[in-house]
Amino acid sequence: MKQGRIQSMLDPGSAAAALIHELGIWLYAGSGLVLVLVVALALYGAFSAPRKVAEKAWIVGGGIVFPAIVLAALLVYAIHVGHALSGPPARAADIEVVGKRWWWEVRYATGGGHAVLANELRIPVGKPLEIALSTDDVIHSFWVPALAGKVDMIPGRTNRIVVEAREPGIYRGQCAEFCGAQHAWMAFYVVALPEEEFRAWLARQAAPAAEPADAFLLRGRDAFLREACAACHTIRGTAAAGTLGPDLTHVGGRLSIGAGVLGSGAAALAAWIADPQHLKPGNLMPETKTLTGEDLRALASYLESLK
Amino acid sequence: MKKEHLPNSLPRPPDEFEALKRAWARPKGWRFFTAVNNTTIGMLYVGTALLFFVLAGILALIMRTQLAVPNNDLVGYQTYNQLFTMHGTIMMFLFAVPVIEALGVYLLPGMIAARDLPFPRLGAYAYWAYAIGGLIFFGTLFFNAAPDGGWFMYPPLTGSEYTPSNSADWWLLGIGFIEISAIAGAIELIVGILRTRAPGMSLGKMPIYAWAMLVVGGMIVFGFPPVILATLLMELERAFDWPFFIAAKGGDPVLWQHLFWLFGHPEVYIIFLPAAGMVSMMLPVMCRTPIVGYRWVVGALVGVGVLSFGLWAHHMFTTGMPHLSATLFSAASMAVAIPTGIQIFAWIATLWRGKMQREGPSWFLLAFIGVFTLGGLTGIMLAVVPFNWQVHDTHFVVAHLHYVLIGGMVFPLFAALYYWAPLVSGRKLSEAMARWGCGLMFVGLNVAFFPMHITGMLGMPRRVHTYAEGLGWEDLNMVSTVGAYVFAAGVLVVLADLALHLRLGGKVDANVWGAGTLEWLPLDSYGSRSIPQVRGRDPLWDHPALAREVDSGQHYLPGTATGGRETIVTSPIDARAQYLLVVPGPSWLPLIAGAGTAAFFLLLTVKMVAAAIIGGMVALAAMLKWMWQTDRGVTHPPVDIGGGITLPVYASGPVSHSWWAMVVLMVVDATVFASLVFSYCYLGTNAADTWPPAGVNLPGLAWPAAAALAWLASSALFGLARRRLDSPAVFRAALLAAIALMLAAFGTDLYGQWQAGLRADDHAYGAIVYTVLAWQGFHVAVLFVMAAYTLARSWCGLLDATRRVTFDNTRLFWHYMAGQGIAGIVLVHALPRWLG
Repeated sequence: MKQGRIQSMLDPGSAAAALIHELGIWLYAGSGLVLVLVVALALYGAFSAPRKVAEKAWIVGGGIVFPAIVLAALLVYAIHVGHALSGPPARAADIEVVGKRWWWEVRYATGGGHAVLANELRIPVGKPLEIALSTDDVIHSFWVPALAGKVDMIPGRTNRIVVEAREPGIYRGQCAEFCGAQHAWMAFYVVALPEEEFRAWLARQAAPAAEPADAFLLRGRDAFLREACAACHTIRGTAAAGTLGPDLTHVGGRLSIGAGVLGSGAAALAAWIADPQHLKPGNLMPETKTLTGEDLRALASYLESLK
Repeated sequence: MKKEHLPNSLPRPPDEFEALKRAWARPKGWRFFTAVNNTTIGMLYVGTALLFFVLAGILALIMRTQLAVPNNDLVGYQTYNQLFTMHGTIMMFLFAVPVIEALGVYLLPGMIAARDLPFPRLGAYAYWAYAIGGLIFFGTLFFNAAPDGGWFMYPPLTGSEYTPSNSADWWLLGIGFIEISAIAGAIELIVGILRTRAPGMSLGKMPIYAWAMLVVGGMIVFGFPPVILATLLMELERAFDWPFFIAAKGGDPVLWQHLFWLFGHPEVYIIFLPAAGMVSMMLPVMCRTPIVGYRWVVGALVGVGVLSFGLWAHHMFTTGMPHLSATLFSAASMAVAIPTGIQIFAWIATLWRGKMQREGPSWFLLAFIGVFTLGGLTGIMLAVVPFNWQVHDTHFVVAHLHYVLIGGMVFPLFAALYYWAPLVSGRKLSEAMARWGCGLMFVGLNVAFFPMHITGMLGMPRRVHTYAEGLGWEDLNMVSTVGAYVFAAGVLVVLADLALHLRLGGKVDANVWGAGTLEWLPLDSYGSRSIPQVRGRDPLWDHPALAREVDSGQHYLPGTATGGRETIVTSPIDARAQYLLVVPGPSWLPLIAGAGTAAFFLLLTVKMVAAAIIGGMVALAAMLKWMWQTDRGVTHPPVDIGGGITLPVYASGPVSHSWWAMVVLMVVDATVFASLVFSYCYLGTNAADTWPPAGVNLPGLAWPAAAALAWLASSALFGLARRRLDSPAVFRAALLAAIALMLAAFGTDLYGQWQAGLRADDHAYGAIVYTVLAWQGFHVAVLFVMAAYTLARSWCGLLDATRRVTFDNTRLFWHYMAGQGIAGIVLVHALPRWLG
């Protein structure tokens, strides 16, 4: 998948990120000026002829008054921005995200229960959503730089973040708190959709998986149910109801496999199923040795068909 | 007392100088390992710290090579996670803190014209524990057994559930001896600076570096205790399942973060302030003018030291803390810019007023000002809460901290190597290599770390062993890697210069920079031949003949008065001579005790408990043996040190240097206890349900009341013993009864909880209550040894109404512990009743 700068705080995709970006520009410019000033003064002093200095003027003026004024102004600005970004929790969370080693479980509250998916959030453009953040194991940190600052997921607590996007698009996020072996591969995507598309998508997510459309896909589903897959994974609408691994009900519609390790598609799914420990050592999924090549292709195709 | 004028130009007795040299002779051959003198230990210490700098630097180069291209598989995640954990841990604990203490050990006595530090064996012990323990700790990398949870070791990742191997224990126990070593060093430096300055060197005339080290000593005393407690709690959790940080059992992983950063942020200034102090020494000399604003700079050092304890939570802005708290920490963090700004402008004004010599140290100092300023500015950015939410835990922070630490500490350190190397070998290092070294380091640092600001803003988190392609990070990472190698080349040039041009000399008489402070007097193992009367801040500038006068023995103590090693103890503020301290000479005991301490911690890590206990006993025995040789009493009548001053050779009570060391140690102890009280209150106030949890019964009030009374009585008995030092039978009976009461107090408190059914591994409540008890129990054991030792001295006739420092120290600690015992009882028994 073509990515580009979709994980960048310098390319804000939301009002919140834009506010921080604007604050950042002031910081970069102001710091640059101070740096140039200090270095120029030091170099001039170092290489020019000795001269008398007024001790008080240098120390009180340069060391106290100057930083005090600049920092007081900065603090007021920072408080203003911080206040704007940390309003009180408006309502019950729209989405729950649970950090796990090393993937993200995402649950939407829908009218008829939960839509559960992994490593991917979709949000309606222009509508701020409240997300509840928690963890199943160690500390993680939820961060989509283009949309908002990061918030940690800490055992025993539930933190909150508000995420909103100004325009349709794909944004990438990544765990920012070191969480062990595969911390580097704990990414996710946030897809911003127009409101109607979002509703339609959510309705599909809430629905059970489609029945296999042909014999080959049926063979794939049989393989899924026959092998150990169902012990850890759920596919709503089938007998598979495991909870250790990601819910796969609509896995075929997702942008990546393995929380950023692979892209989407049947080939990626097959590669992952064949040897997940090679692609992402230490994750909970064992390699599948008992599948024939044909069964593996059928299984991958079946999963790919679950849009 | 008759007044004599210094210098005293009468000829010196012919054998006086020979006797001085004999007393301070450096041990030869194998006996080199018995050396305790500050210059020998200081050199070893600096050398070992630089070795760790190189080792940790090599780890960094491997990491940079791994990150040069995306999806790289040069090293796997297992190795990478060990690499960054060890890089951070070693740089902070085995390089930065030791090297600043090492330079202090080497430089301070010369600067304040003491012949040695007041506790040379303690200094040697601290060094050996560090060197042996540190090298073994590093060795775990070769067995793929090194810690891999980050130098910040956040639980629950580092708890036994997610790190079942003992790699985390290596970190916890490995850090244990570094903590001991740092505390020992701090006591040595504080007492040395406050009590062994040359006569006349009042606080207002003290070199700024001594001020910086005094502040840093104080910061170690208050800053290390939280991490001592934190490592203790985590090890208890890992070894015995006491759940301090496990949310499901009433613990809270954020408690670790508070304790760690309560230490961790002052730690940064513990590293930076000595460097700033060195800059304030070197820059004026290189510019041939006194520093502009001495008083302002001293005030700024103290200000940074104090403020640094109020900023820790700016490492925790993303934990979901209320915006108001975050704002307070943000403002405090920004406030540090003011004392730092004072220093920077004082340095710039000094550059303006003087004429900078274009030589080795100057280049590193100029590089320091530029690099450190940028690091400080990105630090202010990080203190801005909303901005921090974005860049926290990204490569932006990696860039920031390296600008601050390399800029603020490594460049001044390298300037110091060039500036003070002539103290060792009598001549300057190579100017050409200084320029190449500094140039490569400056360019390399900026090429390596400046791009990381941007990589971080483009979304690259820290501590990732690799990264996906296509996110715009590839080129920046490649540039950073190239820069890292350029920086390493610069370091190599400087180290090569040291290897080629640094020669250990005997006596050195080479004030090569024309400096004004006393470390540039002609020096040998005994320090300066005689100890000058100090009249100004830059004695060698104020009085150019001073070096010759001192070197021909015309000032105080031109020889050895008792035939042994001596230094003058002066009053802490105005430096009036008070008594002559006879300092111990070479001994195997510090090495044995250091090796025993390292063995204790390291063997405990690999669960070889019996062997560990043997190591601990060896260490304890060696320490007791060396202590037995101290507190010698009045061995000599008062001695004439010249200038009309006659000094006693023994002192007790608040005049004694030993009393000061004991008080500093008790402050450390009280700060650990305060951290424990903080932890108890934190867990109690953040508890999800009631405190104590449902189903837990507090013992009846009779238990704590009896325990508190026993503590009071025990303490009172020591008060009685103090008045009956002259009647050994009563004295010994009082001590024996005090021991019995202390054991009764502790036993009552402990049994009270046990019989009420409390267990340490059920819930964080039980865990923290038993930790308060365990902390008391540890002290009861220490006090038991101290009291037995004091009794033994009494039985051997080594203790009486005059020769009483041993008893005074035990008594001080006893009273303190009675207070701590009662405070613990109030905390554990009254607070929950009050909260409930």
